[in-house]
Amino acid sequence: MSVARIAGLIVALTGFCGATDVFASGETAPKRVVSMNVCTDQLAMLVAGEGQLHSVSNLAADPGISVLADEAGRYVVNHGMGEEVFLMGPDLVLAGTFTAQPAVEMLRRLGFRVEQFPPESTFEGIRDSIRRMGQLLGRQERAEELVAELEAGLDDLLREPVANLSVAVYSANSYTSGEGSLSHAVIEAAGLTNITDKLGIAGVQRIPLEQLVLADPDIVVLGEQHYEKPALAQENFQHPAFRAIASGDRLVRIPDRYWICGAPFTLEAARMLRQAAGEVAEQ
Amino acid sequence: MSEQARYAAVLLALAVLTLSLFIASLTTGPAEAGFRQSLAALFVDEGDLMSLVMREIRLPRAVLGLMIGATLGLSGAVLQGYLRNPLAEPGLLGISASASLGAVLAIYTGLSATFALGLPLAALAGAVIAVLLVRAMAGERGGTLTIILAGVAISAFAGAMTSLALNLSSNPFAALEIVFWMLGSLADRSMTHLWLSGPFMVAGWVMLAMLARPLDVLTLGADAASSIGIDMRRVQFLAITGTAASVGGATAVAGAIGFVGLVVPHLLRPLVGSVPSRLLPASALGGASVLLAADVLVRLIAPGRDLKLGVLTAIVGAPFFLWLIWRTRRQML
Amino acid sequence: MSLLRLSDVSARLGGKAVLDGVDLSIREGEFVGLIGPNGAGKSTLLRAVLGLTPSSGEIDIGGTPALNLSATARAKIVSYLPQEREIAWPVTAERLVGLGRSPHMPAFAGLGERDNAAVLRAMQRMDVAEFAARPATELSGGEKARVLIARALAQEAPLMLADEPTAGLDPLHQIALMRVFAALAREGASVVACLHDLGLAARWCTRLVLLDAGRIVADGTPAEVLTQARLRDVYNIEAYIGEVGGGLVVYPLDLSSLPDAQR
Repeated sequence: MSVARIAGLIVALTGFCGATDVFASGETAPKRVVSMNVCTDQLAMLVAGEGQLHSVSNLAADPGISVLADEAGRYVVNHGMGEEVFLMGPDLVLAGTFTAQPAVEMLRRLGFRVEQFPPESTFEGIRDSIRRMGQLLGRQERAEELVAELEAGLDDLLREPVANLSVAVYSANSYTSGEGSLSHAVIEAAGLTNITDKLGIAGVQRIPLEQLVLADPDIVVLGEQHYEKPALAQENFQHPAFRAIASGDRLVRIPDRYWICGAPFTLEAARMLRQAAGEVAEQ
Repeated sequence: MSEQARYAAVLLALAVLTLSLFIASLTTGPAEAGFRQSLAALFVDEGDLMSLVMREIRLPRAVLGLMIGATLGLSGAVLQGYLRNPLAEPGLLGISASASLGAVLAIYTGLSATFALGLPLAALAGAVIAVLLVRAMAGERGGTLTIILAGVAISAFAGAMTSLALNLSSNPFAALEIVFWMLGSLADRSMTHLWLSGPFMVAGWVMLAMLARPLDVLTLGADAASSIGIDMRRVQFLAITGTAASVGGATAVAGAIGFVGLVVPHLLRPLVGSVPSRLLPASALGGASVLLAADVLVRLIAPGRDLKLGVLTAIVGAPFFLWLIWRTRRQML
Repeated sequence: MSLLRLSDVSARLGGKAVLDGVDLSIREGEFVGLIGPNGAGKSTLLRAVLGLTPSSGEIDIGGTPALNLSATARAKIVSYLPQEREIAWPVTAERLVGLGRSPHMPAFAGLGERDNAAVLRAMQRMDVAEFAARPATELSGGEKARVLIARALAQEAPLMLADEPTAGLDPLHQIALMRVFAALAREGASVVACLHDLGLAARWCTRLVLLDAGRIVADGTPAEVLTQARLRDVYNIEAYIGEVGGGLVVYPLDLSSLPDAQR
């Protein structure tokens, strides 16, 4: 387990304690919530009640990163800057554990209540985050609804058995995702095997192209990214050796927005992968 | 041993060294395959994955290492002879950095995506501008100090412009790639890169090889050389275009790799009796050996981390450069 | 046939006229001393012939306009010894002298038998054969100078232009060099040498050309050129002019008019 994950876990735990305290003292649910992180943005949009969420970050409106980009238009946009958030006068600020740390510290010093969410890398973690969001916003029922949907979806996925195919995630700059990453959880949720199990790669690491080629995955998942301008980071997708092992049905594109943030819609990534595996298995 | 025989022996030894390192490069990699198995997969294509790895990943990497190393060694030897300056080198003179800038502009504006040759051509253009600037700054009798200072200024400017171009790119990955363009790498290069840059490097070598005798005569200075029948304008054209084409081609696909062109000619000069023309083939082979060795080392030291080649060459080259300054400082002032 | 003919040659450096309408013709078998004070245009004259300094007017080398000659063709007629004694790399003295053979060698060929013979001749003439295998950069100043002259000799061109060839040589080698140039002239070749030592010029040259402020002010035998009046006018010096053993002797004694401060 990486240091970052441990740190995330600690923050998550302390966050829980804070939340319980709040409701023990009998306070009502927050009415003016500002979210500064694309993941808390989306979770809050899913959970919050009418008029409860005031502002989301600018990334929430980016369709490349955010599943709820359209919906984000209904909220005031912030840029994750402390001063901006301060002027909005929120009664609850939501932030990620890795983002805008100075802004978070400043807001805390100024007496604002800031709740931080760690990046989730498992479906259990996603469930916990949804429930925690429900508790923070006083929307436990809505949170349970979402959790139930998620559970049902995960069960659905594994109902029909699929050939146990091997999968490799190959992202820009030759990164792959192994155990401890959300991608890995998605692959397992789809009933498939990540090649990193065999290669002993944990977390997100660079993989030399020849190692990928020799691992010979049945399916290669490409983070689908659309940038106006090219960069060398994506050049490996054109490498002849890569194209030889990953083309046609074997190459699956799953838009990044489904698994940048762990959320109910991450299930969609697993569904896409499951469907692609079905097509490859048929051949 | 006669002088001629000694020279032949030096070249032979360097050729054997280069060949061994070339084979070492072919057989080094994270994929665990035996020496024989790797080479067999290279020569006999049984449609298996190892053949794919050998032919599409290892072979282009090793050939590019060989060619780019030869380019750096050769152009270093030529620049030192042409400018009669032991500190001249494509990296120190800002030629590599300018070629990088050209390549960066071609890639990140999308030019190279629509017109593949745009990449090496833009790198070549960057290199030409740098050589012309250094030449202009050096003047007729450019002192060591003038040339090196000009190189420092050009490097700094080209480096800053490269960073600016990458930082301004709307692609979030571009900024991370500054390291590649400043330090160079051969990781996961493909045959496409070889076909794109190889012709430029070979064309550059041919031009630089034609300078063999003129460089010898230039030992006497530009005026004397001109009086002995050396057409200085032709020499200038060949030196500038040859350096720019070969270094431009090399930098376009591997980034700027420093110090090889400085260290290699220096170490080999005493072995070839300091004769500039003899230094050319020796430095080409020496450069190829050094770069192949560096590329094998980066894979052994930090497999899977893509350690940049320029890191290794600078670890060896920068102290060497300091030592050279120490030794030549009397002449410089 | 004249080896070299200049008519109305002018050159400017940094906006200043350095050569101003020079007419000069060099025939075979001449040892010409080019004399004149600092800045008179001696070096520029030699450089203009080789195209190293841009000039106007006509320059014919071996009967052909210089502009029509390729660098190699020109190098077969004219050799040149620059004032700067540059030796960039520690190559052996023999190899350095051998560079003078370049215009005679086909592309990508090494030194042939004739070339080796010419190199040996030149080295013996300059008394540097013993240094053949030593790195030229490790020789003393005078030895380097002689090796470089040997390089120009090895070119075996009918005309040699030498810019201050005696600088840095001891008296023995100064006189030896004058003898070599005189011998070349007797063999039918010609030498044009910029000289500051009027004594050497007077004694060994067959002809002197006196330059002042970019113009030729006198051209003739040493006795014709070196007169008390001219030395006073051009150099502002008083000199002893006499004869020893049938040869002219010129020895500068003092300034003609002292600057005020030193009077």
